[in-house]
Amino acid sequence: MESDYGKFEAVCRILEENSFDKSKLIAILQSVQEEYRYLPEDILDFIASSLKISPARVYGVATFFAHFTLKPKGKHIIKVCDGIACHVKKSDRLIDAVKNRLGLKELEYSTKDMLFTIETVSCLGACGLAPVFLMDEEVHGQMTSDRVVKLIDKVMSQEEVK
Amino acid sequence: MEKYLTINGRKVLFNGEKNLLEVIRKENIELPTFCYHSELSVYGSCRLCMIEIEGRGILPACSTPPENGMVIKTNTEQIIELRKIIMELFLANHDGECTTCGKSETCQLQTLARRLGIDEIRFKNVMHKEPKDLSTYSLVRESGKCILCGDCVRFCDEIQSVGAIGFANRGQKFVICPSFGNDLESSGCVYCGQCARVCPTGAIMPKSEISYVWKALSDPKKKVIVAIAPAVRAAIGEVFGLAGGNGTEIAGKIVAALRSMGFARVFDVSFAADMTIVEEANEFVERLKNNMNMPQFTSCCPAWVKFIEQYYPDFISNLSSCRSPQAMYGSVAKRIMPGILKIPKEDLIVVSIMPCTAKKFEARRPELSKNGILDIDYVLTTQELARMVEEAGLRFGELEPSAFDMPLGFKTGGGIIFGNSGGVTEAVLRSVVNNNSYGTSETEQFNFVRGEDGLREVKVNLGDRKLRIAVVYGLKNARKILRDIKADKSRYDFVEVMACPGGCIGGAGQPVYKDLSVRKTRTEVLYKSDKTMELHRPQDNPYVQKIYEDYLGKPGSCAAHEYLHTKYKYKKRFKETFEIHKPAKENSIKVSVCFGTGCMQKGSREILKHIVDFIKNGECKDHVGIEVSICLERCFKGPVVKVADQILEYCTTKRAEEAIHEELKKRLNM
Repeated sequence: MESDYGKFEAVCRILEENSFDKSKLIAILQSVQEEYRYLPEDILDFIASSLKISPARVYGVATFFAHFTLKPKGKHIIKVCDGIACHVKKSDRLIDAVKNRLGLKELEYSTKDMLFTIETVSCLGACGLAPVFLMDEEVHGQMTSDRVVKLIDKVMSQEEVK
Repeated sequence: MEKYLTINGRKVLFNGEKNLLEVIRKENIELPTFCYHSELSVYGSCRLCMIEIEGRGILPACSTPPENGMVIKTNTEQIIELRKIIMELFLANHDGECTTCGKSETCQLQTLARRLGIDEIRFKNVMHKEPKDLSTYSLVRESGKCILCGDCVRFCDEIQSVGAIGFANRGQKFVICPSFGNDLESSGCVYCGQCARVCPTGAIMPKSEISYVWKALSDPKKKVIVAIAPAVRAAIGEVFGLAGGNGTEIAGKIVAALRSMGFARVFDVSFAADMTIVEEANEFVERLKNNMNMPQFTSCCPAWVKFIEQYYPDFISNLSSCRSPQAMYGSVAKRIMPGILKIPKEDLIVVSIMPCTAKKFEARRPELSKNGILDIDYVLTTQELARMVEEAGLRFGELEPSAFDMPLGFKTGGGIIFGNSGGVTEAVLRSVVNNNSYGTSETEQFNFVRGEDGLREVKVNLGDRKLRIAVVYGLKNARKILRDIKADKSRYDFVEVMACPGGCIGGAGQPVYKDLSVRKTRTEVLYKSDKTMELHRPQDNPYVQKIYEDYLGKPGSCAAHEYLHTKYKYKKRFKETFEIHKPAKENSIKVSVCFGTGCMQKGSREILKHIVDFIKNGECKDHVGIEVSICLERCFKGPVVKVADQILEYCTTKRAEEAIHEELKKRLNM
């Protein structure tokens, strides 16, 4: 109850901070996503109705930017760079290694316990370190499959301690 | 100073045109476009109107303003090749199933492919086919035919202010769809169908009911009766090269066509429109006398009615409770025709032919049925009627005009002009203000309500009272009026609203048109038709009088209410509640706090916070569930809280708490 109410109250606060101004939709969506870690459908409808714009318009903006996600994401976000430099350095092997370790099937991007989500990004601007791998905003360069698995194991054991 | 530019070597004067496309088209050069509509904002996505401007290169004409001294070429070798490539790219992302497409022969994509001389598509087809969206009674969406011009999105947003569909995703995955990729039925669409009217391809089309009607016609046990709406006769001629006229001859041809298809009786919805006016005028006079639920809103446009039910539930009581002419025709026909035709009720099939896609939805409203049997069984559009004429192999132009059947085929001019924006108002005025029904000059007594603007205001004297009237088309204009009334900026006695530009004659079920002059011609047809009628005042219709005598008593009587009136109710646009707290126990109390914009400004956040604190710290945690609702439809009386079945208006934290306590006490005693 505490968390549902808290999140909803946060959406109201975010709307108010942005003066219910529809031209600030992107900023509002960013803040809401920080709160929920994704953009839930009913919250987007609420935002649309509060800003007096159509839900289809909000949905259009939310799907236009790769930053926004409409599906819940895991607690830890793994980003594998698949830009040209990383791709040439076999970033696909890293992706396979991650998915293998996490037991994700094709078209599955989050683990069932919602601990991990894997994403590919087009370029992280660290092409000199290719292939590049991000674990929760921390950049790891010149990655190998072994090191990727070790990193995931480390985060997993930390989670178990908690 | 005179301004000119040069088009293909010819000097051309221009004055006030917003863009080069308008200047060039005025010179009778039909530049190809998909995304340009003079009614809508300039979007510039299709890139087909590319022209060469000396010194500036190749630019789209639709989004380039004309400048003095410009030198323009519209058809160079480079432009021709460019247009071809663009067209091929469109076609490489299209299903190309023209032979089975309802838009075939009126499709802009097909026409332009031919005009640009496309004889092969050099690109691999990348069309991603999604299943058809058949969720509504009115429209069918088929994304495989969409060329992403955005005409539908802009119409829905800019003219109707509904925004049921929008753009989603980007790049290769770019699509047009309702929010969250849901179906149209749950999008808040009001089914006006103008998206289908502006769609250059068959990506959005009116839903056809032709096959059901043919089936009923071929069933020897059934008697199928039909009625045509006023606006149908103003437009169907366009399909057969017979645009214009005064409506009488075309209506006669339609009657002849329908008879030869096997309809047992052919009636005129204008008859029911006369009845609508008699009831609506009576209701208006009553409301005026009692100063109740003013202003009165017309209720004959089903898209407008749904719009009010969805967005402005506060105004539901302002809607006239009169059914639309289609619905009156249905209920009266189901009441009297089995007796006249000497058949059991269940063997009567009632069909209407309308200019409108929303009428298909209206016919399925549960309020418009008796004992589970719908008053109207099938609704066809003008387009579908034309298709049936073709399917039956009838040469429409050669048909000998025939007369409507009685009693539901007789009408006055008042019923005919219903199809035009301003028509309902004019007919009501003829009924309420005018006491003389005869003579042509009388038909023009109130013609100041006529016009092409989407928002017109008129004043009329009724005795010592000055009536203030607004005549509106386009739901965005309607929204403006509603806002002004709400803010007390404007006061009216009567407001007529039609969702479609120009009124029903511009409906989405009519033959597709792009040139706005078409609307003008159709409007003229109905006004001319009015002039040819013997009677102009709806209450003078002898057959309407007879129906009242035989079945309904007086206007506004109990029987009239049973057959000719209806009720409206709040409709949710989307799932509008979220759960904040789920109680552990069953049989718990549900508390909803309204978070509509009005309530939110008036303090629903504090109330929610208080309730959450109070429940969390109290012992009733397991017995009370809390949810947030986007609108509890009492925006004037916010903040609103609902505790179990009790609605608390102007709610305070204290009152909410008390109500929850009371309710808990009741339950625990139980």
